[in-house]
Amino acid sequence: MRIGRRTLLQAACVALAGAAPIAVAHAEDTVKIGLIVPMTSGQASTGKQIDNAVKLYMKQHGDTVAGKKIEVILKDDAAVPDNTKRLAQELIVNDKVNVIAGFGITPAALAAAPLATQAKVPEVVMAAGTSIITERSPYIVRTSFTLPQSSTVIGDWAAKNGIKKVVTLTSDYAPGNDALKAFKEHFIAGGGQIVEEVKVPLANPDFAPFLQRAKDAKPDAMFVFVPAGQGGNFMKQFAERGLDKSGIKVIGPGDVMDDDLLNSMGDAAIGVVTAHIYSAAHPSELNKQFVEAYKKDYGQRPGFMAVGGYDGIHLIYEALKKTGGKADGDSLIAAMKGMAWESPRGPISIDPETRDIVQNVYIRKVEKVDGELYNVEFDKVDAVKDPGKTKK
Amino acid sequence: MTMSTPPEIVGFHARRTARWHWAEFAFWTVLIGCGLLFPSRYLIMTEIVRLGLFALSLDLILGYAGIVSLGHAAFFGVGAYSAGLLALHGIVGEPVLALLVAGLAAAVLGFATSFLVIRGVDLTRLMVTLGIALLLEALAERFSDITGGTDGLQGIVMQPLLGLFEFDIFGKVGFWYTVAVLFVLFLLARRVVHSPFGLSLRAIRNNPLRASAVGIPVNARLVAIYTFAAFYAGIAGALFTQTTQLASLDVFSFERSADLILVLVLGGTGYLYGGLIGALVFKLLQETFSILTPQYWLFWIGLVLVVIVMIGRERLHRWVLFLPRSIARAVRSGKTAAGGAE
Repeated sequence: MRIGRRTLLQAACVALAGAAPIAVAHAEDTVKIGLIVPMTSGQASTGKQIDNAVKLYMKQHGDTVAGKKIEVILKDDAAVPDNTKRLAQELIVNDKVNVIAGFGITPAALAAAPLATQAKVPEVVMAAGTSIITERSPYIVRTSFTLPQSSTVIGDWAAKNGIKKVVTLTSDYAPGNDALKAFKEHFIAGGGQIVEEVKVPLANPDFAPFLQRAKDAKPDAMFVFVPAGQGGNFMKQFAERGLDKSGIKVIGPGDVMDDDLLNSMGDAAIGVVTAHIYSAAHPSELNKQFVEAYKKDYGQRPGFMAVGGYDGIHLIYEALKKTGGKADGDSLIAAMKGMAWESPRGPISIDPETRDIVQNVYIRKVEKVDGELYNVEFDKVDAVKDPGKTKK
Repeated sequence: MTMSTPPEIVGFHARRTARWHWAEFAFWTVLIGCGLLFPSRYLIMTEIVRLGLFALSLDLILGYAGIVSLGHAAFFGVGAYSAGLLALHGIVGEPVLALLVAGLAAAVLGFATSFLVIRGVDLTRLMVTLGIALLLEALAERFSDITGGTDGLQGIVMQPLLGLFEFDIFGKVGFWYTVAVLFVLFLLARRVVHSPFGLSLRAIRNNPLRASAVGIPVNARLVAIYTFAAFYAGIAGALFTQTTQLASLDVFSFERSADLILVLVLGGTGYLYGGLIGALVFKLLQETFSILTPQYWLFWIGLVLVVIVMIGRERLHRWVLFLPRSIARAVRSGKTAAGGAE
């Protein structure tokens, strides 16, 4: 029992020393935002983009709004839902945050939903893209996108542009299934045919065997959804298997051609047509400034995750302005409903009924501009509501 | 049991080591004290206690029976999903009962796989246990209509504990529930490891060949303790689901098993408290570093682990306890009484 006693005493000391801190006084004139994003693990790029964008916005617009000082508390959930839930709970209970925001993946956003309802704290979803998220709590607002938004548009486009046979390759989790379902409905309604459906595991995707199956099916195009961050790996294996020379086109929602990775994908990506809500090449003055400022601070171009974060923090700022600094959940949510503004991605608004984002969906093709790969927009559908909900 | 050590002497020694030490009382008092003192930290404390229970489970097979495992998350995961499914489909609504059922489900798996594990030596065991956990993870992903796949089980709603206590947003009920379960299971484990059965396990750990030569049924004992430990891990998993109302694929993840070994490295094996103390140190390190640097905390935690292993736990204990022990020594020499239990 010799070790026992020493170690027990040590444990007691550590417990007392470690559990003591963090009882920051909650000043009335501060509005706290708990930003929960994956900063480590496979989804780290999502978290980093959002964190960067939020910092950039606060640098540009100051950290005071409607007489309140904005304080952002960044937490890493490593894209593990139970971490998200615990962090959200601690932020709400201990730090007394007024808003929780971020949420890199759908399960994380869903895990926090009951807390938002219970504590009446607005949950601003800046990344996760499954349709159902906003239905899980009346306190959820989304500034990213939903997968049906972009997938229905690319489904219609493919059917109208001479693509008859398609193989689908989607990540096997809620957003992937959303994308697949939305695409299928619109593509088949437009006269297209799905020859094979392939679902790849989210966790450790090796696309090679799936790509071989897709190649053997000899489709006109391949509909691809993989989450942001996995697109580079996908295109690499796509080219390695020689699919880029087989005449099979890649189409999909824009996640696979994330601006974050696009430039490193190589020429195999040229010609890929995707439908999405943001491209760093979006030709508006506001976007040019945004891209320039982002590049200046972080040395790379922003992707659609960065825009989700940028708009998310903007929404919180504007809502505070509208309530005159009142930061309780009900006032903030009421202020956020129906809000419309010009984002770097184009005009967007928050649907007052579903609290989901309404935005233009652009159809883009990867091209080389000044030696760099960009998604160049050539068509758009205005003000798309989430098709996952409008049907109901 | 040769002529020179009659059973009475063995029994005397066994009972002496099994006696409660004052430091153990202190430990549990501090634990309960923490619960009363830091009501705003229930969630992290729940996580620590839960991890402690999980590590206790690994300690039972690693510290007492010498079975190394890299796949202990398999049982944790089975417990977690069992509890989740039981609650989700309303099969067993009462949490305590569901906890037992989930633990038993894990024990059944433990019993079934124990026969694979006892066949090999260390390296084989690492591979077999790792393989079983990976297998289960893949199965859970494949049968996503049951498990929810990567999205996890959604919409678990827990019924009140014993029909009386509602799980609250502050995690108060969850914490005390977890502590109570840990304490009961700890008492049971303590009883088991100090029993003749527990002593025979140590004999097996030290030298399986000699143990079988003195008549210990080695394989049967290993199967028993492996199943027992699986039950514990299943309970830890079920507690996880019940207190967080979540179960997703990462309950089976390799990281979870690997973290557990780190916990035991930090806390030490073979005296039951190692897992609990390791869990505390591990979680506090993680928490501290991820507050300081949300992006690069993995680096710092890695560095600390390397340093701790380099310095050695024993030496660290000496340094940390320099002050309290010198005080204790001063007190003792002042009293000139026949000292403590050392």
